[in-house]
Amino acid sequence: MAANMKAVKLRIKSVQSTMQITKAMELVASSKLRRAKERADACRPYFQTLHRTLQEIANGNTDFSSVYAKQSSENKCCYVMIAGDRGLAGGYNANLFKRLEAEVQGKDFMVLPIGKKAVEYARRRGIECLTEEFAEIADVSVADCFEMANLLCRAYREGRFGHVDLCYTRFLSMLSQQADVLAALPLADLVVKEEEKKPIRDLILYEPNASEVFDAIVPEYLAGLIYGGVCESVASELAARRTAMEAATSNAEEMIDRLNLHYNRARQASITQEITEIVGGAEGI
Amino acid sequence: MRTFPISIGTPDGLLFQGDAERIVCRSITGDLAILAGHCNFCTALGMGEAHLVLEDGTRREAACIGGMLTMMDGSCRLLATTWEWKEDIDAERASRAKERASAKLAQGGLTDQEYKLVQAKLQRALVRLSVKE
Repeated sequence: MAANMKAVKLRIKSVQSTMQITKAMELVASSKLRRAKERADACRPYFQTLHRTLQEIANGNTDFSSVYAKQSSENKCCYVMIAGDRGLAGGYNANLFKRLEAEVQGKDFMVLPIGKKAVEYARRRGIECLTEEFAEIADVSVADCFEMANLLCRAYREGRFGHVDLCYTRFLSMLSQQADVLAALPLADLVVKEEEKKPIRDLILYEPNASEVFDAIVPEYLAGLIYGGVCESVASELAARRTAMEAATSNAEEMIDRLNLHYNRARQASITQEITEIVGGAEGI
Repeated sequence: MRTFPISIGTPDGLLFQGDAERIVCRSITGDLAILAGHCNFCTALGMGEAHLVLEDGTRREAACIGGMLTMMDGSCRLLATTWEWKEDIDAERASRAKERASAKLAQGGLTDQEYKLVQAKLQRALVRLSVKE
């Protein structure tokens, strides 16, 4: 009986120390989350306006002189895949990979991974990477996003791929995040399919001309889109980690309660046994 | 004067949303002004001074660096890489940046990429200083 008590005691101790770790991780994630959420909230209007504006331009565009505007003959797609640096965030990374896999079925594609988990995933799967330079999502700044955008634009112009999509996790609320894929390039991919095509009346004036404007705008647009995606994904990762750690902590608490019950029962049993032994011994005298 | 809705955004947040009489900024080909009733229009922005004239006639000046300006169906969207209102510009920081950049340029021995980077830094500092003055 005493051996059982000891085993239960040890188990309680180990669960307690695990709980301490999960609790600490939860606290760290929630304090970081506040800052990340502020950043994502600040960036969201820009991100949405940028995408909507380009969508409007794409819908009304009749000038396909720029390589960025017209439908590409190259079918290969480059996914900018934004995942986390670390695990222990519930299904955050797995959901993103699943979403990507559903998207790429039967397609020829390559990725630009951002975040350590994304790089590891691409390596494990043997997916062609544009660059593995951006393995730390925590330090990605606006300047890094511009660098990525320029890299993508250069490779796009060289014809290494014909589409650019953004694969990121959208921050819906503290409790729910959703992996999503967003078409970015060429602009022909952005056109919203309406039920009946309206005759184009509103021509857009480009100054000095469409291809020069697109050449200047597209890198900035991509950089803005990537930066927005990074902000959203970082906030999502921290929120997912916080939720996961919260669940882990409460699980640990439950487990400790149950183990305490076991421990007390074992203790009670050993006392009862001792009493019975004493009483039995006394009667024998 | 007629006014039109305009929103000005950067990656760091939405800086202005409301009606304005006129927006003047520098595009890649030169200065331009947008008034109400402009046709659908799209251009890329360069580096330079910009100002916004509000409904009540107040003029707000800013440094505008890179980005795009679109006018769609009467409403204007200006998405800049950097947009700093005159009162928010840190003149000391800008002049320090200017000195650092010009010293580097004077020193020489830079690669093409570095040269471009330093040149862009210098230009940004000069735009900020000229707005502030």
